[in-house]
Amino acid sequence: MEKFTKHTGVGVPLRQSNVDTDQIIPAVYLKRITRTGFEDALFSAWRKDPSFILNKEPFTTGSVLVAGPDFGTGSSREHAVWALKDYGFKAVLSSRFADIFRGNSGKQGLLAAQVAQDDIELIWKELENAPGTEVTVDLESKTVVCGNIVAPFEIDDYTRWRLLEGLDDIGLTLQHEADITAYEATRPAFKPKTLPAKLS
Amino acid sequence: MAKTLAEKVWDAHVVRKGEGEGANAQPDLLFIDLHLVHEVTSPQAFEGLRLAGRALRRPDLTIATEDHNTPTLDIDKPIADLTSRTQIQTLRNNCAEFGVRLHSLGDAEQGIVHVVGPQLGLTQPGMTVVCGDSHTSTHGAFGALAMGIGTSEVEHVMATQTLSLKPFKTMAINVEGTLRPGVTAKDIILAVIAKIGTGGGQGYVLEYRGSAIRALSMEARMTICNMSIEAGARAGMVAPDQTTYDYMSGRPHAPQGAEWDAAVEYWNTLRTDDDATFDVEVDLDADTLEPFVTWGTNPGQGVSLSQSVPNPADFGDENAKAAAERALQYMGLEAGTPMKEIRVDTVFLGSCTNSRMEDLRAAADIIRGREKDPNIRMLVVPGSARVRLEAEAEGLDKVFKDFGAEWRFAGCSMCLGMNPDQLEVGERCASTSNRNFEGRQGKGGRTHLVSPVVAAATAVRGTLSSPSDLDPAPEPVAEPAETPSASHAA
Repeated sequence: MEKFTKHTGVGVPLRQSNVDTDQIIPAVYLKRITRTGFEDALFSAWRKDPSFILNKEPFTTGSVLVAGPDFGTGSSREHAVWALKDYGFKAVLSSRFADIFRGNSGKQGLLAAQVAQDDIELIWKELENAPGTEVTVDLESKTVVCGNIVAPFEIDDYTRWRLLEGLDDIGLTLQHEADITAYEATRPAFKPKTLPAKLS
Repeated sequence: MAKTLAEKVWDAHVVRKGEGEGANAQPDLLFIDLHLVHEVTSPQAFEGLRLAGRALRRPDLTIATEDHNTPTLDIDKPIADLTSRTQIQTLRNNCAEFGVRLHSLGDAEQGIVHVVGPQLGLTQPGMTVVCGDSHTSTHGAFGALAMGIGTSEVEHVMATQTLSLKPFKTMAINVEGTLRPGVTAKDIILAVIAKIGTGGGQGYVLEYRGSAIRALSMEARMTICNMSIEAGARAGMVAPDQTTYDYMSGRPHAPQGAEWDAAVEYWNTLRTDDDATFDVEVDLDADTLEPFVTWGTNPGQGVSLSQSVPNPADFGDENAKAAAERALQYMGLEAGTPMKEIRVDTVFLGSCTNSRMEDLRAAADIIRGREKDPNIRMLVVPGSARVRLEAEAEGLDKVFKDFGAEWRFAGCSMCLGMNPDQLEVGERCASTSNRNFEGRQGKGGRTHLVSPVVAAATAVRGTLSSPSDLDPAPEPVAEPAETPSASHAA
């Protein structure tokens, strides 16, 4: 995973709550077996509408999405994060993220920054009044800067550390393989195994 | 120290405690007892293992099936859509390469991953269960800590049989009282979501408690836990009891003999201690609950079926107001319209929420001897091939077919519209599934989430209806179906 310390890019105001994963990427795109190339799938239903924010300049080049509360609700599809990243987004700002989406973002180096809704409203106004305004997301100091607005954001320390260092989760866990093996030895015999298969 | 059920299961799976305390603590490393795999969220994870030269650590704790992207017609023929066929074939190749047990299309144990696990007896109390699917919360009905994970986590579990997780907060959902006839588990969970909102459970594990939950069957408890994610919670649980043990006893992978006794002794400890405290408690009155239905485009936008489409102006919160306006526009609804006057085009009975035997029986009991509204298309999609076989043994397929419904093969089907089972633009559906998002069941499709009995009554009347709206069914003149079931409280 690439390290994430600080990013500056065009902010995209998405004035909508409950942006669910079916809107971020509809299920028909989940048939693919690759991990990249999902940029066309991002918000594909909404992008058919010419007035949708990502169809308007200068937002087409946006890389910081500023959304309403409960972003990423719904399915566990990591494709939602891949689609945002493939399109060019580096960070999403919202006052509330769905748990699984937040987790998936952290694994993929997309910064899910939790910003108070009052600050989101201020940033929306700024981005709408001056389209093309850049937003800076600084993971070191956990702050967002947009015009004159300086707002703190929340992210859990562990995810922050992993993003700052660009660390691979599996590699970290495998440093503790001896602990896993020790745990496995203590599991009760009544716990089920899938193999050998038993059928009705 | 007194613990909740969720905390007990968590603590029993800690491989390595994260360093530090409170908000700054590192995550715990938790052992995963069962990893369920399907074709959609696994290919990139298998590929990740391959690229890193890693093995799948515990094939004996892993099981795969094909469900999201499979057709429900002509399953003996090659899948017509090339991308879908490639994805299914990729799962088959990966399972063969990594030694994973797979139940493929056409196999008697194939079906929706959350129907298959419990059915085989692989889902048991006190386990940690994960799957690259958010409705993994279903398995919490057994007192398991079960949650959906993304593909990176799927790969992590494959490589290490563990997950790094920060402890959740706990929320009790107390449901006391007795459900009235025609009111079901689905109505309980839709009412819970409407009450706490789609983000209300974020960061929590829900524990469903109270006399109304105790009275529910396992399949009904699965319906409730299934939709915990629609309330924002990654997991929902019900403490195991005799109902749980009766359901599990004799299933293929349930423990036997002395192991069963040892297991029950452990399972009996899996309940929230009397003096344990939850971070939040929410109460719901089962006595007054009515059949519930959604009017909008998120699962929290629901009302009692006897009520009307709400007016966005009545929402205090600006975001909720804007969301309601947008939802009504998408759904093609006017504020103030009685829900029961809304005409639907399609009825979908299926999904990991409501596709088990009891769901099919409950719906069949409503339609038996009645006529379908001629303008309604009804799809019945059993949750698994095993459910389909059992339903056919009871003659339920005949009840559905005589009624004019389509009797399909098992899979996720129209719940998410990945396969050809989709709504047309503007088509309105009464669906027993779990998500009413824009376009979820097909581009431009409009979804109302309902229980199986409301779905069935709606198929009879053509408008959203509860069973109590129906005229009495005529006495059967022909012989009744083989084993008509007596009652289905849930």
